[in-house]
Amino acid sequence: MSVSTATPSPQQYLAAQMRWRPLEVAFWLATLAPFVLAPSYLVLASQIAITALFALSLDLILGYAGIVSLGHAAFFGFGSYTAGLIAKWGWGEPLSGLLIAGLAAGLLGYAMSFIIARFRHLALIMITLGLGLLLAEAANSASWLTGGADGLQGVRMWKLFGLFAFDLYGHTAYAYALAVLFLVFLAARRLINSPFGLALRGIRENATRMPAIGAANAGYIRTIYTIAAAIAGVAGGLLAQTTETVSLETLSFQRSADVLVILILGGAGRLYGGIVGAIIYMVARDQFSSINPQYWYFWIGALLIAVVMLLPNGILGGLAQLMPAGGRR
Amino acid sequence: MSASVPSTALSIQGLDKRFGALAVVQEMQFDLPRGARYALIGPNGAGKTTLINLITGMLKADRGRIFLEGQEVTALPPEGRVKRGLVRTFQINTLFPHLSPLEAVALAVCERCGATSTWWRNLPAYGDAIEEAHAILVSLQLGAHCYRPTRELAYGQQRLLEIALALATRPKVLLLDEPAAGVPQGESAELFSVIAGLPRDIAVLFIEHDMNAVFRFAERIIVMVSGRLLLEGTPKEIAGDARVREVYLGGAHRG
Repeated sequence: MSVSTATPSPQQYLAAQMRWRPLEVAFWLATLAPFVLAPSYLVLASQIAITALFALSLDLILGYAGIVSLGHAAFFGFGSYTAGLIAKWGWGEPLSGLLIAGLAAGLLGYAMSFIIARFRHLALIMITLGLGLLLAEAANSASWLTGGADGLQGVRMWKLFGLFAFDLYGHTAYAYALAVLFLVFLAARRLINSPFGLALRGIRENATRMPAIGAANAGYIRTIYTIAAAIAGVAGGLLAQTTETVSLETLSFQRSADVLVILILGGAGRLYGGIVGAIIYMVARDQFSSINPQYWYFWIGALLIAVVMLLPNGILGGLAQLMPAGGRR
Repeated sequence: MSASVPSTALSIQGLDKRFGALAVVQEMQFDLPRGARYALIGPNGAGKTTLINLITGMLKADRGRIFLEGQEVTALPPEGRVKRGLVRTFQINTLFPHLSPLEAVALAVCERCGATSTWWRNLPAYGDAIEEAHAILVSLQLGAHCYRPTRELAYGQQRLLEIALALATRPKVLLLDEPAAGVPQGESAELFSVIAGLPRDIAVLFIEHDMNAVFRFAERIIVMVSGRLLLEGTPKEIAGDARVREVYLGGAHRG
């Protein structure tokens, strides 16, 4: 490849847009900082990494393919209970358990994707909300399996790689969650920069035009919905494994709403939006709740209104306007 | 596939469409030869755009059959017809606002090649598809604007991108729904010279209201009135036909 002073070829131009930026490398290095700078916050850090992974999975469908969901916790919770139950029934190996959690949630997502691919916009909000509520109530009533409102007890994880026990301080939990987040992020980054990712953005930008260039939208939507469900299941599985318990809250409407808020806060369709949103939302919640344990949602509300009014495209969207190099992909 | 390529690119036979009690298209039929440059004209509300929607499968016809190079496509969904080479553009820009023209046309090329099922390779790995997309944009004088978001392009450039997207699918039959809609008179001539310069193996049918453009660029003209075929003929025949005058100018103007 020769470096010419003239304008780059279209191929080089596209490749340059997808190259790793120094800021990205700095960001991922900074995620290691809590080990040194805030060792007493590693439990929180692991929760943030898990939430970031969950938000990343929502970004793939909402931010890239324009599929709205208000019931994404269904897959998070399904993965959570799957991972929890496997460990409870005697197989406490984390990595295989996590894989099974992802596969189980992916299967559920695949089954639901046939309904999802037929609707858009408001109808989709209602359908995803309904499916989420159905699953939450099913888990509530099947208390013989899930432990109901008491949560799933008796989850015992083995050591990670047979070496690292899940300790109270969250060393293993954060390292584990962060590593999974990073690996999934790499895969998601590759996915959105691929021709398939371009087709997803095509659906988001204009679902009517897609058939007119020969594209069957439903197939793409089913695929990405299945992938997103599997990732959400992995995130849920991580929570079950690192906390060694599963509560009904993992399936709740609140969790579906929170992850949507986190993604919009950070900036949808930006890959880093969910991660940045998760950091800000969860750190803010932690700080606000320690200042005022009763009314901390007041401040979360104020934060949301301020961000949406001042930065309609989320925090990353606002930053991108300051730095012309980082465009929306 | 076949040794002898049919001389008829597109054949429409007895298309009917009703919206409730309103018959929008009735017994519509015509043949489009290979490499044709035909115009479809008719007053507002004649059902021209509905006809395009029926032919491309965006609306389902109540009755009638559609053949592309001798093969029936009536049962195929819109994307299936596009894959066979039956392609349209839109009267109102139907583009991808936040994608650059290069990305949008590359998407259409990748779709045609089947690359869009791949998620584990980066787009730049598909050098041929990107080069082809770029070449199409350059041929339509969009080369200088291919990296900007589509929504930032001038209106006339967006009209050209409509055609570029269609060309990326390698059409056999191209249906252009008012390609110059909204473009100032002076610039529409430029747009039509692009259309006239399209590869000769593509059969083109365009809807247009500007009669100067129609008479200049169409080899034959199909006149549609109230959902029905009024007549088909050369520009000369159409210009001299009393019924067409009646429809377009009405009795009052001549009176």
